[in-house]
Amino acid sequence: MTRTVARRPADPIAVRPAPGPPPVAGRRRRRLHDQARAYAFLLGGLLCFALFSWYPAIRAVVIAFQKYTPGSEPEWAGTANFTRVLHDPEFGAAWRNTLTFTLLALLIGFAIPFVLALVLNEIRHAKAFFRVVVYLPVMIPPVVTALLWKWFYDPGTGLANEALRFAHLPTSNWTNGADTALLSLVAVATWANMGGTVLIYLAALQSIPGELYEAAELDGANLWQRVRHVTVPQTRFVILMLMLLQIIATMQVFTEPFVITGGGPEDATVTVLYLIYKYAFLYNDFGGACALSVMLLVLLGLFSALYLRLTRSGEENA
Amino acid sequence: MSTRTLVSPAALARPRGKAVYWTVFAGIVVLFALAFLFPVYWMVTGAAKSPDEVARTPPTLVPSHWRLSGYTDAWELMQLPTHLWNTVVQAAGAWLFQLVFCTAAAYALAKLRPAFGKVILGGILATLMVPAQALVVPKYLTVADLPLLHTSLLNDPLAIWLPAVANAFNLYLLKRFFDQIPRDVLEAAEIDGAGRLRTLWSVVLPMSRPVLGVVSIFALVAVWQDFLWPLMVFSDPDKQPISVALVQLSQNIQLTVLIAAMVIASIPMVVLFLVFQRHIIAGISAGSTKG
Repeated sequence: MTRTVARRPADPIAVRPAPGPPPVAGRRRRRLHDQARAYAFLLGGLLCFALFSWYPAIRAVVIAFQKYTPGSEPEWAGTANFTRVLHDPEFGAAWRNTLTFTLLALLIGFAIPFVLALVLNEIRHAKAFFRVVVYLPVMIPPVVTALLWKWFYDPGTGLANEALRFAHLPTSNWTNGADTALLSLVAVATWANMGGTVLIYLAALQSIPGELYEAAELDGANLWQRVRHVTVPQTRFVILMLMLLQIIATMQVFTEPFVITGGGPEDATVTVLYLIYKYAFLYNDFGGACALSVMLLVLLGLFSALYLRLTRSGEENA
Repeated sequence: MSTRTLVSPAALARPRGKAVYWTVFAGIVVLFALAFLFPVYWMVTGAAKSPDEVARTPPTLVPSHWRLSGYTDAWELMQLPTHLWNTVVQAAGAWLFQLVFCTAAAYALAKLRPAFGKVILGGILATLMVPAQALVVPKYLTVADLPLLHTSLLNDPLAIWLPAVANAFNLYLLKRFFDQIPRDVLEAAEIDGAGRLRTLWSVVLPMSRPVLGVVSIFALVAVWQDFLWPLMVFSDPDKQPISVALVQLSQNIQLTVLIAAMVIASIPMVVLFLVFQRHIIAGISAGSTKG
C-alpha cells in the first residue's frame, strides 16, 4: 500500500496526511519484502529463460569458436570452425536451397493466400466453412503432412502422378528429380501453412473502410484499380508483416526435407537447419554446428529486428 | 454482412453479378474440396484399403472393401498408445508449466514492479528476435548437461516442459493482458486482506480467461506439432512422442499401417481445432490487428 500511495501523489483519496515521518527502517524492510515477493513470482520463468534462451544464445557464439566434443574439455579453435564449414561443399548448396526455398515460398506461398483471401472476402455464404477448411492443414501435425505428401509424390502410385495421368499430362519425378524436388517441397509447405496467412489477411481486409471503395468506384475505378489503389495500400503494413514472418519461418525449414527427401537427391534439398542437424548429430561436430547456427542467427536476427520495428511502429500509428 | 467490400452490393444484385458470384462461389467450393479436403479423405480411406489396393493404378476412389485392420495394426505394431501417451504427457506438462510460471512472471512484471523489471522484460522480448530453431544445438547441449547441476534431461519430459516456459510470445501476451487490469481492482482485493497470490488466483486469473485460453491452445499445439526438438532430445524409442515415432518407424512398416497411424496422430489436433475453431480463428485474426 505504501508504494502505491507514494506513486500517486495526485490522487486525492490516496494521499492521507501522514501522522509523522514514517520509520525509515520499517519502510525499507517493507520494500525489501515487496521485492522478494515480486522475485518469488518471477523466479521460475526467469530461470527457464536464463537456462534455455539466454545461455544457449551466448553459448552458440562461444562454441562457434571452440573445438567442442561432449564429455571433454572444449579447446579454443579460433575461426577454424567457420573455415571448415565454409569449405564444406554442402554449405553452398544448403544456403542456395534455403534462399531459393524462401524466395519460392514467398512467390507461391504468398501470392496464393493473398488472392484466396481477396476472393473469400467477397463470398457472402458459408464463410465459417471456408475458414475452417483453409486452416485444417495447419492443424495436421507437420510430420503427418510431410509423410502424406511423400506418399502423394511417389512416382509410381502416388496421387500426384495419378492426377496427371488422369488429366493426360506427362508425369513428373517430383521429389525424386533434382530440378523439381525443391519446388515440390515448397508446394507442401504452402499447402500446410497458408491457412494462417489467409486468416490474418482476411482480418486485415475487413478493416478497410467501405467508403474508400465507394469513393474509388465513383471515380470510375474498375475492379483491378480498386485492388491496386485501395486494397493494397490499405493493407500494406499487414502484407509486409506477413512477408517478414514467412521469411523468418521458411529460413528455418527442416521437417519437410528431413522427412520427405532426406536432403536429396544429391543435396538438392539440404537446408541450413538440416546441415546444422547433420553437423551436430551425424558428424558429432558441435563447433561446426554452432558456427552455422551463428550465421543463421545473424541473418534471421536482422529480419526479426525489422519485423519488431515494423510492428512497434504499426502499434504507434494505430 | 453490411460492410462494403471490393465488389459493390449493387453490382452483386444485378443478374449478371449474381451469375458471376455463384460461379465464383462454386469454383471456390470445388477448389477447397479438392485442395484441402481431398488429401485428408485420401489419407483416411487409404488406411482402410488393402495393401494391394493402395498400390493399384489407376487408384480406387472408394475402398472396394473397408478394412479396419490398418488401424488396429497401427495401434498395436507401432505402439501408438505409448507414443500418444508420451505426447499427451509432454503437451500437458508443457501447458501446466507455462501456465504456472509464465502467468506468475507476467503478473510480477505487470503489477509487482520488481527492480530491474524493464531490463528483464527487455531480455525476454529480445528472445523474440532469435528464432528458436537456430538455437536448438546449444539448447540441446544445455539440456544434456545442465549447468551447476550437471544432470541430463535427455529422454525426460522435463526437456520439453522447462524450455516451453521460455516462451516470450505467450509471456508477453499475458503481461499485456495483466497491464490492462485496473490497479483499483487489485487494491480493493488487498484492502479486503488478500495476499499477492490470493489476488492473482481469485481476482486476476478469473478476469483473464480469454487470454489464458489462447495461451493454452498455443502451448498444446506447439508441443503436439513439434518435431526437431523432440527428435534431438528423445533418442529412447519408448519415450518418443508420436511425431518422432512416426518418422522413425515409417521406413520399415507397411504403407496402409503407416497411413492409419498418420490418421490417428492427426485426430487429437483436428478435434481440438473443430471444437475450439471459433476461438482459434478469432485469436489468429486478432493477431493481425493487435500485432
